[in-house]
Amino acid sequence: MIKSYKLQRTIADVVIYVILAVLGIIWVSPLVWLLLHSFRAEGGVTVPYVFPKQFTLDNYKALFQKNGVFDYPRWFLNTFVVAVFSCIISTLSILMVSYTFSRLRFKSRKMFINIGMVLGMFPGFMTMIALYYLLKAMNLTQTLPALVICYSAGSGLGFAISKGFFDTIPRALDEAATIDGATKNQIFWQIILPMSKPILVYTVLTSFIGPWCDFILVRIIMGDKRDNYTVAMGLQKMIDKEYTQVYFKQFLSGSVLVAIPITILFLRMQNYYVEGVTAGGVKG
Amino acid sequence: MTFIEYRSLTPAQRVKYKVTEFFSLLPGRLKVFFAAIGKFFKNIGIAFVEGLKGYGKRFAAGDMSTKLSYLVMGFGNFTRGQVGKGIAFLAVEIAYILFMWNFGLYYLNKFDTLGTQLAHQEMGANGRPYMVPGDNSMLILLYGTLAILITIVFVAIYVANTKSAYEAELNHKAGKKNLTLKEELADFLDGKYHVTLLSIPVLLISVFTILPLVFMILIAFTNYDRGHVPPGNLFTWVGLQTFRDVFKVSEGASKGYTFVELTKWTIVWAIFATFSNYIVGMVLALMINKKSIKFKALWRTLFVITIAVPQFVSLLLMRQILQVDGPLNVILGYLGHEPINFFNSTPLVARTAVIVVNMWVGVPYTILQTSGILMNIPEDLYESARIDGATPVVQFFQITLPYMLFVTTPYLIQTFVGNINNFNVIYLLTNGGPNKDANLYQAGQTDLLVTWLFKLTMDSNDYNTAAAVGILVFIVCATLSLITFNLSKSSRNEEEFS
Repeated sequence: MIKSYKLQRTIADVVIYVILAVLGIIWVSPLVWLLLHSFRAEGGVTVPYVFPKQFTLDNYKALFQKNGVFDYPRWFLNTFVVAVFSCIISTLSILMVSYTFSRLRFKSRKMFINIGMVLGMFPGFMTMIALYYLLKAMNLTQTLPALVICYSAGSGLGFAISKGFFDTIPRALDEAATIDGATKNQIFWQIILPMSKPILVYTVLTSFIGPWCDFILVRIIMGDKRDNYTVAMGLQKMIDKEYTQVYFKQFLSGSVLVAIPITILFLRMQNYYVEGVTAGGVKG
Repeated sequence: MTFIEYRSLTPAQRVKYKVTEFFSLLPGRLKVFFAAIGKFFKNIGIAFVEGLKGYGKRFAAGDMSTKLSYLVMGFGNFTRGQVGKGIAFLAVEIAYILFMWNFGLYYLNKFDTLGTQLAHQEMGANGRPYMVPGDNSMLILLYGTLAILITIVFVAIYVANTKSAYEAELNHKAGKKNLTLKEELADFLDGKYHVTLLSIPVLLISVFTILPLVFMILIAFTNYDRGHVPPGNLFTWVGLQTFRDVFKVSEGASKGYTFVELTKWTIVWAIFATFSNYIVGMVLALMINKKSIKFKALWRTLFVITIAVPQFVSLLLMRQILQVDGPLNVILGYLGHEPINFFNSTPLVARTAVIVVNMWVGVPYTILQTSGILMNIPEDLYESARIDGATPVVQFFQITLPYMLFVTTPYLIQTFVGNINNFNVIYLLTNGGPNKDANLYQAGQTDLLVTWLFKLTMDSNDYNTAAAVGILVFIVCATLSLITFNLSKSSRNEEEFS
């Protein structure tokens, strides 16, 4: 009896291993395909077989040669600069807003929180057109600062998760510090922030990654000014009907180059992500 | 009733409990919801009336220099030794007057008609024609809205100025010394720290989110469509006409028909996308976290790595893989199957394909987010189930799923709302296609309301319809989220940790 129970459990485990392995392969194989075919030497957009026949580095080299139409290194640099600036602004405003709503008590706090939540519920690109004309009035269209503004100006509205995190830090800390004569400013910078590494990392990470993934705002703001495209926009351009025959393999290798740094960042910070999200997001 | 009590009921009792609970709570929920909305506006009204009363009272009670600061802002503070504060108030007043005089008034004047004359040629006195610049309805609406918002902010500062002047007077009369500028500024790092922290984010949000939003909401009440695009044309207010068009179902291709069809599909999509990810993700998380399973980090990384890759890359990649001559069809060919045109044959195939691809994108998120909660399910529940001889499948449907639904309802609603607004998946995979239904107006059969909104804005310039659709989507999402947010534990027990 005991033996058969053990056997049953082993069978269950084996079944689980098989399921995990099969699904794991399904989940990873598109990425493997991307990686393999970014080195493919022959063919254009598609080939009638799964594994490439010849491998080459030409697709990667071609990305870094200026050929008039596409300037990949420049896009990469653009995206990096935009990401760094909007990351700084976003992180600061998210932390400031969520800290205020979580730990400071003032008269119209509830009203501000509700307004913030309601604003966050409008479909984001409802405002696109107005935003475009606003930036145009400021003479900023087709420039990188415009992108920074778009990515970071409204970021304070994303306070929910970090507010949830701050809510879990005991209030007794603040009280003790106040008794010791600390101002609220000092409490924020010297006591709460150093304790909030997971949510800090999570916020920095998400706001840094944002600009690498957006392709809608860039399209509206940059129009045909290719020099100021970001990577996402440029890569999308590469597989437009008129270019895809020539540039498809470069699109693949370009995608790999974007995905690598972000994947490394993400895997390194995965634990912070989980900690941050579970502490701040889901309290049931 | 706790979860365990609930589980000890018989199925019939459970159904009865759920149904009575739903209907007994529903009026309450709706009441709470509408009461909250009502209270919000009531509070604004009260604050307004109180402000007005205080405004009048202070004027009556104040002395000469307080009264003067009703005209010259900051005067009261200035005469009571608060030089810096007084100058700051005065600067605000001057800046506002300059803004209105040079800019705001011009646009506000035309705000009611949104412009009446187009650019045209006129004969000059010397017999030579010259161009008369016309009105641009779009700019009038945008800058008019800006001027109104700035005026509201100015009024708030103006009232604060009268209050400050009166307080300074009272302090002075009581023989107390007024705070110096330095002391006031220091208070912004302590007692008024919330003002310091909120000012910059609120400023940014007002200019780059609220202003465009108000502008777009106003657009819904105009006839700003493809036939009225400035600067070549003017548009004007039309009241609720745009909403009537969206709701009017008529023969042939119409906005009304499209709206109904897309709403149906959006709801179906949101339900399937939410629950397929939720259940599959949870099962996988359970498998990975099962005690006897080894290489946990490896399995988790296999799935989670797809989150790390930027979404536009993975979605464009999936689109390529699912093409008629793409690798998936190559593999199907090896297996002796005809190639399938996933995105451009029948709506059903395309819709299934997007839902499946969405699982590939979304399941890893569920794995990450539910792992922690799954670990918190009391182990003794499973133990007693095992003793009673329940198989893992039974355990999942009898314990895990009900427990998770019990605990994570708010999270589910959030995901549901997120899926209603899930732009990327549809836009990058199918761009709305296939488009076999000729009665759809500017939309394909996998278009969600949000992607339709996008197309209406970008491709066909029907800005007013797009704005109206956006408002309707917003109303649905906001109602759903506010009901759940106000009732979820996280909002009720906000002070639990303090």
